[in-house]
Amino acid sequence: MYVLEMAEISKEFPGVKALDHVNFKVKQGEIHALCGENGAGKSTLMKVLSGLYPAGSYGGEIIISGEKKEFHKITDAEKAGIAIIHQELALVKEMTIGENIFLGAEPTRRGAIQWDELYHQASLWLKRVGLHHSPDTKIGNLGIGQQQLVEIAKALSKHTKILILDEPTAALTESEVSILMGILNQLRSEGVTCVYISHKMPEVFALADSITVLRDGRTVATLDRNETDDDKVVSLMVGRELTERYPRVEHTPGDVVLEVRNYNVWHPEKKHHRVLRDIEFTLRKGEILGIAGLMGAGRTELVSSLFGAYGGRAEGTVHIEGKTVRIRAIAEAIKAGIALVSEDRKRQGLVMGMDVKRNTTLATLHKVSRLGVVNENEEIRWASRYVQELKTKTASLETPVGTLSGGNQQKVVIGKWLMSSPKILIMDEPTRGIDVGAKYEIYNLMNQLVEQGVAIIMISSELPEVLGMSDRILVMSEGQFVREYDWREATQEKIMLAATGGK
Amino acid sequence: MQLQKELQEHGAAPAAAQSRFSVLFGKMDVRAYTMVGALILIWVLFGILNPTFLTSRNLSNLFTQMSVTSILAIGMVLVIVAGHIDLSVGSIVGLTGGMAAILSNWLELPAIVVILGTLAAGAVLGLLQGWLVAYKMIPAFIVTLGGMMVFRGVLMGVTESMTIPVSDPVLALLGNAYFARGFGIILGIVAVGFLFWSTFNKRRSRKKYDFAIAPLSIDIFKVAGLSLLVAVFVAVMNNYKGIPFPIIFVIVLAAIFYFISTKTTFGRHIYAIGGNIEAARLSGINIKRKTMLIFVLSGLLGSIAAIVLTSRLASATITAGNMAEMDAIAACVIGGTSLMGGAGTVIGAIIGALVMTSLDNGMSLMGLESFWQYVVKGSILVIAVWLDISNRSKGVK
Repeated sequence: MYVLEMAEISKEFPGVKALDHVNFKVKQGEIHALCGENGAGKSTLMKVLSGLYPAGSYGGEIIISGEKKEFHKITDAEKAGIAIIHQELALVKEMTIGENIFLGAEPTRRGAIQWDELYHQASLWLKRVGLHHSPDTKIGNLGIGQQQLVEIAKALSKHTKILILDEPTAALTESEVSILMGILNQLRSEGVTCVYISHKMPEVFALADSITVLRDGRTVATLDRNETDDDKVVSLMVGRELTERYPRVEHTPGDVVLEVRNYNVWHPEKKHHRVLRDIEFTLRKGEILGIAGLMGAGRTELVSSLFGAYGGRAEGTVHIEGKTVRIRAIAEAIKAGIALVSEDRKRQGLVMGMDVKRNTTLATLHKVSRLGVVNENEEIRWASRYVQELKTKTASLETPVGTLSGGNQQKVVIGKWLMSSPKILIMDEPTRGIDVGAKYEIYNLMNQLVEQGVAIIMISSELPEVLGMSDRILVMSEGQFVREYDWREATQEKIMLAATGGK
Repeated sequence: MQLQKELQEHGAAPAAAQSRFSVLFGKMDVRAYTMVGALILIWVLFGILNPTFLTSRNLSNLFTQMSVTSILAIGMVLVIVAGHIDLSVGSIVGLTGGMAAILSNWLELPAIVVILGTLAAGAVLGLLQGWLVAYKMIPAFIVTLGGMMVFRGVLMGVTESMTIPVSDPVLALLGNAYFARGFGIILGIVAVGFLFWSTFNKRRSRKKYDFAIAPLSIDIFKVAGLSLLVAVFVAVMNNYKGIPFPIIFVIVLAAIFYFISTKTTFGRHIYAIGGNIEAARLSGINIKRKTMLIFVLSGLLGSIAAIVLTSRLASATITAGNMAEMDAIAACVIGGTSLMGGAGTVIGAIIGALVMTSLDNGMSLMGLESFWQYVVKGSILVIAVWLDISNRSKGVK
């Protein structure tokens, strides 16, 4: 008997088919792991299930305990006994545990909140999830792992039958992970069904009864835990063939441009939390170094720290072309020849209301100005040079970048950094959210730059891209480099296994 | 460049027509245009209701009246564009004005020392607030709200809540004198000459870079139109007593800050910070230093406004500059400055100040009770933003 059946679910976004006839069935009282690469459609599927995407905006059926359901809003799904705990916890930091558990469902009498009743019930729920804190503790005083337990308590208080956890361990320490697993095992014995989204194989195999693998918005397989192993699941997760989507060019790496030794970085707020551990690597002129890893592995932290943009304490040595450098500010990094095409161009790369030419010159305005006065003609000359070289499609140089397509926006960002004539170009998710044609152009551009002697560090969550473009691949997991592969020996399975903490 | 030519050739007919429009009128934003229209409407309306409104005497008064709000609005634009707010400028006007009076009347210092001392005081007050905002990360709203109260309190303390007269003849000139008619004409000619020179200089430079140049006729039309405006202004002012001193301050400051905001790296960085602070930071812009500098400028402009106001009133009072920050903010917003940061122009703010002052002046002339002035000014402010937001949401679709 299935407690939850999602049949033939399809969901389209403009230009992308996020889910393509997905089938997902969960048995009563089991822990069911949902696995897949970044972008495989796991989160979209769960958003459909939790009513975040209302009925009608997707195709297919949701059947709960044999009954067909249509969720128009989140509360509909909650009523049917479905609760989702997102990666980013949704608790109000300034409120107490009790207030958070009953937020929006406070026990009242004639409009007045019954505080004693609320805190009494809250303490019962806390006991059930094994959190030994007074319910009038402020959420802000709890650690992430404890907050997660509060979220679970909150979900259970709504008489949840199906609990969905979206990458619950991404921000947890190892001991917190084992506490969480203990609670989940206990809930299973009490009959709560749980959907566990993760791509960390050790956790999946420690917890799950069944495993469903999604890939490119399709269900690839549903397996019994006892009939499979992590190699099999990983190969199903990546299982697609590498096609001619990547223009592979033989590069001949030259001298070492960047050498990082014994590099450790601490979190900017949690001062004792080390996010990067003993990082060591070299980067040569004229090569593309790919950094692979799962979300939260520390890739973005590494490059933003090298760029002087992270904010946390960093220790270790960085040499650029043999000279020791200490980069304390972004302006120094730019001067030292580092450029960072950041992962989120809307938030970090562009000023959306500004036009193409002003965005192009933003990081290197001194190049087109004298005594602090901008020479607009010089500015137009540089901007139009990059618009031409990168074949950016824009109505004019005065067009606000917010009106361009994703691919053309990305080209403006790249143009901005090329103008700083970098020795080291760091590209964090360089092709995220852009169409195939523009992707190919950006790949060609990367090859051209390497030809001209630029060293590129590319971070990507798309394994085929890492394999297709990199000369060397470093795999990161939990803030460390765990493996290095030459592109010829690397496979998606090997990388995935290293990244998921497998053997 | 080649690309631009190409783009222009490929442009369809309506696009070309549109670009001619924008070539003619520049790239001032929609709200500022609406407000130019509204300004003309307001003037015509008051002119019909009360014939004295459009006399050269009243217009001369009006321009003098608007000077304080305009000077403050010029600084406020930069602050708001950077994504902050400065609520303290009214109190800075009061405090530095009081200081000027004390230096001049009690200490009997020469005018030049009084002026430099006042300017320095304004800059220091701005520096202090800017440091708290930029380096100590305290929200500008709080810092300047605190400053608004503290500065007003200090003013009351040091002046012992007395009105201090200013009798220095040089200081009195700054707020009350008029330029001799002949000198006004010379100023007008210089301004027109500058317009011609800058336009043709720009054409020459673009030619050097091989860029497309707007048709000569359009440039001439533009310069001629602006020159006509200058000529009418000088003629109207000369018809009364000549160009008032304070409005020259406004024009010179507006020109300087127009230049800073549109032509310098500092100005560009302010817009970038207000538009997307994260992108600005990752482009290597020193956000803290620039933010502090903006508040220094705002404080400095506050003290300039203080000198003008003290001189006009021939005394410093403890209520001087009260609520002036609100007028300045309203002027910026009416003139197209977005409180979200990243957008706004100095010229727009001046137009906004002119709208606000015209309403004040016109309604006073008609003998309307002062409560009406508050109601009307407040409503105009909200309607201006409403129009702008509804325009913008149409644009998004």
